[in-house]
Amino acid sequence: MKVYVGIDLGSTTTKAVMIDEGEQVLGRGITNSRSNYELAAAIARDEARVSARFTLLERELGEAPELARFRTRLAKAFRKQQSLTQLAAFRDLALEEAGADRVAAIRAPLTAAVRRVLDGMKERVEKPSLLEGGAPAKTSDFFRDRAAADYAKLAEQIQDRTVRFDDLMGIFDKAILRVENTELDLSFAGNVGAAIEEATRGLDPSVGERGRGAVLRVAEIPLDVGCVIGTGYGRQTLPFPREDIRSEILCHGLGAHHQFPLTRTVLDIGGQDTKAIQVDGDGVVTSFQMNDRCAAGCGRYLGYIADEMSLGVHELGPIALESTRTVKINSTCTVFAGAELRDHLSNGQRREDILAGLHRAIILRAMALLARSGGVEEELTFTGGVANNPAAVEALRALVRENYGERTLNISPGSIYTGALGAALFGRRGLEARELAA
Amino acid sequence: MTSEADAIQKEPSMLVQKAMIAEHYEKLAHAKELGKKVVYTFVPGNLTELMNAFDVLPVYPEINALSSAMRQKAGRYIAEAERLGHSEDVCTYVKCDIGMKRQGNVGPTGQPLPPPDLLLLSYTGCFTFMKWFELLREEYGCPVVMLHTPYQGDGEITDNMRRYVVEQLEREVIPAFERLTGTRYDEDRLKAAMAKSAQAEDDMVAVLESAKHRPSPIDAYFGGVYYIGPMFTAFRGTAGAAEYYAQLRREVGGRVASGEGPITPEGPMGEQRYRLVVEGPPNWTNFRELWRMFHEEGAVVVASSYTKVGGFYDQGFRHDASRPLESLADYCMGCYTNRSLPQRLDLLERYVRDYEADGLLINSVKSCNSFSAGQLLLLREIEKRTGRPAGFIETDLVDRRYFSAANVKNRIESYLQMIGEKRRSRGARGARGEEVRP
Repeated sequence: MKVYVGIDLGSTTTKAVMIDEGEQVLGRGITNSRSNYELAAAIARDEARVSARFTLLERELGEAPELARFRTRLAKAFRKQQSLTQLAAFRDLALEEAGADRVAAIRAPLTAAVRRVLDGMKERVEKPSLLEGGAPAKTSDFFRDRAAADYAKLAEQIQDRTVRFDDLMGIFDKAILRVENTELDLSFAGNVGAAIEEATRGLDPSVGERGRGAVLRVAEIPLDVGCVIGTGYGRQTLPFPREDIRSEILCHGLGAHHQFPLTRTVLDIGGQDTKAIQVDGDGVVTSFQMNDRCAAGCGRYLGYIADEMSLGVHELGPIALESTRTVKINSTCTVFAGAELRDHLSNGQRREDILAGLHRAIILRAMALLARSGGVEEELTFTGGVANNPAAVEALRALVRENYGERTLNISPGSIYTGALGAALFGRRGLEARELAA
Repeated sequence: MTSEADAIQKEPSMLVQKAMIAEHYEKLAHAKELGKKVVYTFVPGNLTELMNAFDVLPVYPEINALSSAMRQKAGRYIAEAERLGHSEDVCTYVKCDIGMKRQGNVGPTGQPLPPPDLLLLSYTGCFTFMKWFELLREEYGCPVVMLHTPYQGDGEITDNMRRYVVEQLEREVIPAFERLTGTRYDEDRLKAAMAKSAQAEDDMVAVLESAKHRPSPIDAYFGGVYYIGPMFTAFRGTAGAAEYYAQLRREVGGRVASGEGPITPEGPMGEQRYRLVVEGPPNWTNFRELWRMFHEEGAVVVASSYTKVGGFYDQGFRHDASRPLESLADYCMGCYTNRSLPQRLDLLERYVRDYEADGLLINSVKSCNSFSAGQLLLLREIEKRTGRPAGFIETDLVDRRYFSAANVKNRIESYLQMIGEKRRSRGARGARGEEVRP
């Protein structure tokens, strides 16, 4: 089948979306952007490919509950296989780093300690989930984040006077960078075999057989990529022909229109820029404004705040929602973020109130851009990573109502993929136009 | 207006201009030996013919500042001015000029500039000009003569306004020149110069209006700043300028005949995919880089407001030898920054229509309130009146710190792709038989 891929190389994360001929989303992939953009693009694209196979499998298996159960088990087992592959690569590199000359003085105890940490990590990945089918625990999509959490926890337990916590984390930092820049086989074909074995264990054999048959059929479907379109801050670095690179502003406009066809205004808050976009009834951008060279108040700002508070970035929004009295924050300068935060904390302000103020400040800055771009028309769609933050959404809802009256606010669960989706749509439509012209 | 590197491609007339400029700075460097008086004055509303009639040598501080920026010396000069206590918010032309003076006052050709014997302050819509010469008066300890030019707040020049300016010329400016040079005012000399001005002005207008052709033989912004050079500075009213514009007109006429586009620093311009009107001064620190961003996308500028800062010729004004002082008054009051917002709006609208532009791009300059105030209003209104999209970039005149290449490039590409998508979408609507706005 013919598919189209959009790749959004953002400053923080790289996203890929694969769509079919009918413009339905087949698969999505995300990874953290790194210095090697090409690799980040490849990883996100491969993940989208895997995710597309699972969508096709869903279509193949249909609605029957026992088959749906098989699919959920398979997905989980598949992710586990991928994690084991990643972990194995990480293990080799971490042990290599523990044997490096740099740490020659403590080589033997360090290697032993790292080995214990790695064993512990593997145990955690292999441990069967206690609650099968329950809501998945809220963990990061990135191997780096999951590995970091496990590694740090184990390192804390294992550290002693000879091998300190910092020594162990030093090894992590070196090894994780290397593993992120290694291309691993995380493909459907490479990992699904072992996953089937695990997923069918204990299942009714007939369900298992039907599931296995469906997987084999789906694995055989050729995914013939008609066009790959690149977008996002790093788009210039992609080895694509010029006509296959699109501005993320147009991609966010078209992607948002596809998700919510009544969209007329799009607000995208990404890692290092904020864009206010107006689109027409076809999703074509008619006007836009974005922050100038200063990226104050963008996603990266929240990242710094999270670091300052020793929290995960996904924890900020929920904490801010507990606020009862929003603190007024004037500056959203990322550089001053830490100082401003400590200032308020030392004045006795509560953490949740400060965070609520920070979210409001970010959205206030976005409101200025929205006004400059032509205001907020019905309907407004919020895209980009920050749209996943409930406190940012609440602040936006309130400020839009205050300034423009009631407006429908759309947020797709896949808001972070909007740009990549738009790129894929441009790919399909562009190819169609080219074929028609030919 | 000097070159950045030898590899840059040039039009033949540019070499003529370069020689004219070199000769002028040579004279300045030896002003004392030559027994010439030196007058510093501003480009908008400059009284070049009058100065030539008194045989004084003009120096234009804005030209020195932009030349310093093009030669990558502005950063050092601005830092010097900031050390003296000028804040980051002060116009960077001013800081660059003061810093240059403090570091030896070496001009664009590497020769030292003489100090002024008089500061001729023509005030044309820029309040900073007054403060600037107040500072220079302290720096150099020399007198200032001010020509106060009434702002065209009501969108017209009345007889009273004209008389007010003429009286200042008669009672203040001309006597000051007589005192400075010890010579009497010779109106015949002024008239002769103005006749030559008018001849060159005809040729320059023909060059600017050649952009109505498809393809346009000129770039009316990046190329335009070279075309206005002699006219806006020391050469208007001289035989040299008349010859330069005659040659330039022939050169451009040749390109019209052969269907060629402008020559850019990167070589001859290829396919012209976008025709733009640009509002706002250029960025001088990254002039070539910015031009390249246009060039790479096939965007040619067909009209600009910046090429009207030193006089408005394409709307009919000519220096008129039959009424010399009245004509100088009209000239001063007619400069772009001395015009009201509605006048600027009408003009930009006319440019978009007359030059069949795809839209208006605004370069909003951090340093210059005379230009920047009201630009977003202009943007919205032009979109409304013409139905063509407007774009917005933010840079500075001569301070590199305000130029983010990635941000500017992103906006330019997004803007041009938006024009492209609108075209495609209009085409598709037309094909479906729907009504399409022009």
